[in-house]
Amino acid sequence: MNPLPEHPDFLWRNPEPKRSYDVVIVGAGGHGLATAHYLAKNHGITNVAVLEKGWLAGGNMARNTTIIRSNYLWDESAGIYEHALKLWEGLEDDLGYPILFSQRGVLNLAHSLQDVRDSVRRVEANVLNGVDAEWLTPDEVKKVCPIVNTSQEIRYPVLGATYQPRAGIAKHDYVAWGFARRADEAGIDLIQDCEVTGFTTDGDRVTGVRTTRGDIAAGKVALCAAGHTSVLTDMLGLRVPIQSHPLQALVSELLEPVHPTVVMSNAVHVYVSQAHKGELVMGAGIDSYNGYGQRGAFHIIERQMAAAVELFPVFARAHLLRTWGGIVDVTPDASPIVGHTPYENVYLNCGWGTGGFKATPGVGWCMAHTIAHDEPHPFNAPFTLERFVTGALVDEHGAAAVAH
Amino acid sequence: MQLIECPWCGPREEVEFHYGGQAHVAYPADPQALSDEEWAHYVFFRDNPKGLFTERWSHSVGCRRWFNAVRDTATYRFQASS
Repeated sequence: MNPLPEHPDFLWRNPEPKRSYDVVIVGAGGHGLATAHYLAKNHGITNVAVLEKGWLAGGNMARNTTIIRSNYLWDESAGIYEHALKLWEGLEDDLGYPILFSQRGVLNLAHSLQDVRDSVRRVEANVLNGVDAEWLTPDEVKKVCPIVNTSQEIRYPVLGATYQPRAGIAKHDYVAWGFARRADEAGIDLIQDCEVTGFTTDGDRVTGVRTTRGDIAAGKVALCAAGHTSVLTDMLGLRVPIQSHPLQALVSELLEPVHPTVVMSNAVHVYVSQAHKGELVMGAGIDSYNGYGQRGAFHIIERQMAAAVELFPVFARAHLLRTWGGIVDVTPDASPIVGHTPYENVYLNCGWGTGGFKATPGVGWCMAHTIAHDEPHPFNAPFTLERFVTGALVDEHGAAAVAH
Repeated sequence: MQLIECPWCGPREEVEFHYGGQAHVAYPADPQALSDEEWAHYVFFRDNPKGLFTERWSHSVGCRRWFNAVRDTATYRFQASS
């Protein structure tokens, strides 16, 4: 495992908001910061503000389980997530900052004959799309991750797994700080404690945002607020097909290295990796109801723990250290919405559900392109808001290697 | 664990219930007349407020009846059910 880097002696400026910017990005999470970075780096656009109602990267970016993979079934999803994975592979050099990107691989377990068939199908689809993927037998699973219980005597025995060796984890805070530092160096203003409370409009154009720190005029506005997107779009009179749900995650106490890869299971629904420091990091499914409270119900954790202990008997004596919730924005087809809105200069990035972190550099790249050229990048072109009207659904429920 | 008030059975633990999303989404009165956009909004678009939300719940392991509730999505607290 990598040693932890020293804390930098400075991170970014803390400027007063100017009265006007070419581009205002709402949300200084991973997606907003990556969008800012690529606006500067790829398009030379630096008269940009990134507005954050709380503290930088303190929303979902601070609350996710940091898994990075691109083993999606459908071509459109494989396209954007694999684009992101390739960027992850060069991101430390690009940002000049360690992000502890560790390509330790991901196993997606199969527990039924139908799981096996779906998984093999996904492996073949991945290979056709240039995404690394293999099908592993239970014995091969055991070689990759010796602590997985491959006994066939348990309720949901492991019948095999898909394996993406290039998948892995990164240190989420460092990813955000790396993007933030680069954007700041390029002259982009990162403005925290600045909540958007409304918009000023002129017909089909938005002319600016109203904030808790005053009105700010904007040439273009990009909404990158993840689970809170509806709060913004409601103020624009714009309806988006997303529902916000709590998604809980948790960590154990620090343990010596026991878990060499990432393991995910749909059927029993738990996913686990071991952080660089040593915590077991686990996630489960979303809580069923709509919620913005950044916490969830305890029975979800209880079920998740039961699944984890059956799959990993070695975890039985680990202590739970803390739990938390993020707010995920789930669409009817479990795929994101990235691109234009009925307002000609407002761009939308939402609907990533439980999978936003892995897409961070890829979606930043595509959003920056969409904003700069006023047309979508080929990778985000399929993910329009209009697809719900035209019927051209991407439909990643069940195809995404995790159920939402 | 949160207690939810079933209008017929009284307060029961949250695990006994199934969530049904937004309440009062009526089937279109004249389905033939709907445009693609109107159909999309009926099928896929729901309100998603931060605050009070009128939604459906089913007491699925109890009386199995559906009911409406008003709940605050910021605090998760139920205000009323009927």
